[in-house]
Amino acid sequence: MSTTVQEREPHAVSGGETALPIVKYNDVKKSFGDLEVLHGINLEMRPGEKIAIIGPSGSGKTTLGRMLMTLEEPTSGTIEVDGELLWHMERGGKLVRASEAHLHRMRTKIGMVFQHFNLFPHMKVIRNVTEAPRKVLGLSKEEAHERAVEMLRKVGLEDKLDVYPSKLSGGQKQRVAIARALVMRPKVMVFDEVTSALDPELVGEVLEVIKEIALEGEMAMMLITHEMDFAREVADRVIFGADGLIVEEGPPSELFENPESERLQSFLRRMN
Amino acid sequence: MELDWEYAFSILPTLLKGLKTALYATVVGFVIACVAGLVLALLVRVRVKVVKWVTNAFIEFVRSTPLLIQLFFLYFGLNKYFQLSAFTVGAVALGIHYSTYLAEVYRSGIDNVEKGQWEASRALNFSKGRTWTSIILPQAIPPILPIMGNYLIVVFKETPLLAGITVLEMLTRSKNILSRDWKPFEPYTMVGLIFLVLSLTMAIVFELMERRMNRRFTK
Ligand SMILES: Nc1ncnc2c1ncn2[C@@H]1O[C@H](COP(=O)(O)OP(=O)(O)O)[C@@H](O)[C@H]1O
Ligand SMILES: [Mg+2]
Repeated sequence: MSTTVQEREPHAVSGGETALPIVKYNDVKKSFGDLEVLHGINLEMRPGEKIAIIGPSGSGKTTLGRMLMTLEEPTSGTIEVDGELLWHMERGGKLVRASEAHLHRMRTKIGMVFQHFNLFPHMKVIRNVTEAPRKVLGLSKEEAHERAVEMLRKVGLEDKLDVYPSKLSGGQKQRVAIARALVMRPKVMVFDEVTSALDPELVGEVLEVIKEIALEGEMAMMLITHEMDFAREVADRVIFGADGLIVEEGPPSELFENPESERLQSFLRRMN
Repeated sequence: MELDWEYAFSILPTLLKGLKTALYATVVGFVIACVAGLVLALLVRVRVKVVKWVTNAFIEFVRSTPLLIQLFFLYFGLNKYFQLSAFTVGAVALGIHYSTYLAEVYRSGIDNVEKGQWEASRALNFSKGRTWTSIILPQAIPPILPIMGNYLIVVFKETPLLAGITVLEMLTRSKNILSRDWKPFEPYTMVGLIFLVLSLTMAIVFELMERRMNRRFTK
């Protein structure tokens, strides 16, 4: 693929060859109070692309993903999703803050899986997965059920439909959370350290499920992770961030075998 | 003092009529308190500062003035303009007064729902209203039901205040019996016993309900 060349020509739109990026961060900055935690991020994801985001904790990885899920608003800069501005709208030639209706429409393209699952504890597994398709997408009970069962089968939990989340292991909970996000059929999905709250012996089953989903291909995935082997195996591209900046990025083979920056070298040494 | 049981039982039917009124006022008042309390709890969370401020001021005001004064105020104040029965005014006043306490109970229930539940709701694109009705309130309310039950008992025990505005509940009826027969001990003893029996019964019922729920909801 000739992506590196295209990336060096920012305005090249070459007909049907290059698909529009599904996600594009344009000089995005984010502060919490006086503390700026992201200092101008530029990042593109192609449709279906799997990117892994690695870096020391506190470097702003979660914040980056949360801004895409509209859980955190950028302090400056813009994010585009599927060719449209996410947090802004044009009004009389000026950019204004997006309305709730605009955000609602944009969110149909985005999904997220959280570190702590955030399942709905008062609903059985099946209802955790059917609730949004029914109440948000307006699917009929039967349609929603059918879609949900298909997703739960994909994550290997078709035998747990009528169980409350409290009865599941951490790995099973996270797989339900993945099914719950997938069932909405987003174009891009954020996975924020989805295995770091799990007991070590449960990490594998969740990563396995994510790998399978990645292989299906059409959905872009932003994988924020500390699992370097997993990143190497699944990601098309790896982004290394530190202190609120992207320090280095490239295909996993290059990035892991020949890290250029001192920061990445020492980070990788510490991870191994 | 000797209790004249025969006399005590002879006035029981009249007192039970008063009990019926008291229970009716309790239920109506409590339903108003539950609904208005939820509305207040939600208004406090509105982002508009004025709304928040006015709601908090209202809650503070209602809580820091005695219910009896509120009853007089509403009864004599409103009756200048509206033809409302003493019972209606009494039930509404009970409801408004206790809504300010239930608002606080709802608030604690809502605050105890994990932040992640809001975030998951947003990520799944639930509307604000849906998030409340499908995700937040179903988790916020079950844990506070026992406290709400306690307030039901409290409201019931406050109904004698309605005697102040001539509602024919148990205290008013006792006073009427007293001015007829001049035997003070029996009516007030009976009223006390009725309150004791009913409050205890309610407390036990709620306790059993709580245990059953705890069993269902244990994580
Ligand atoms: N809601 C918040 N309020 C204040 N500071 C925050 C908030 N969220 C994150 N931060 C700070 O922003 C920085 C980046 O955090 P985060 O995005 O969670 O990093 P990472 O996911 O890479 O560990 C950290 O210093 C963190 O303390
Ligand atoms: Mg993080």
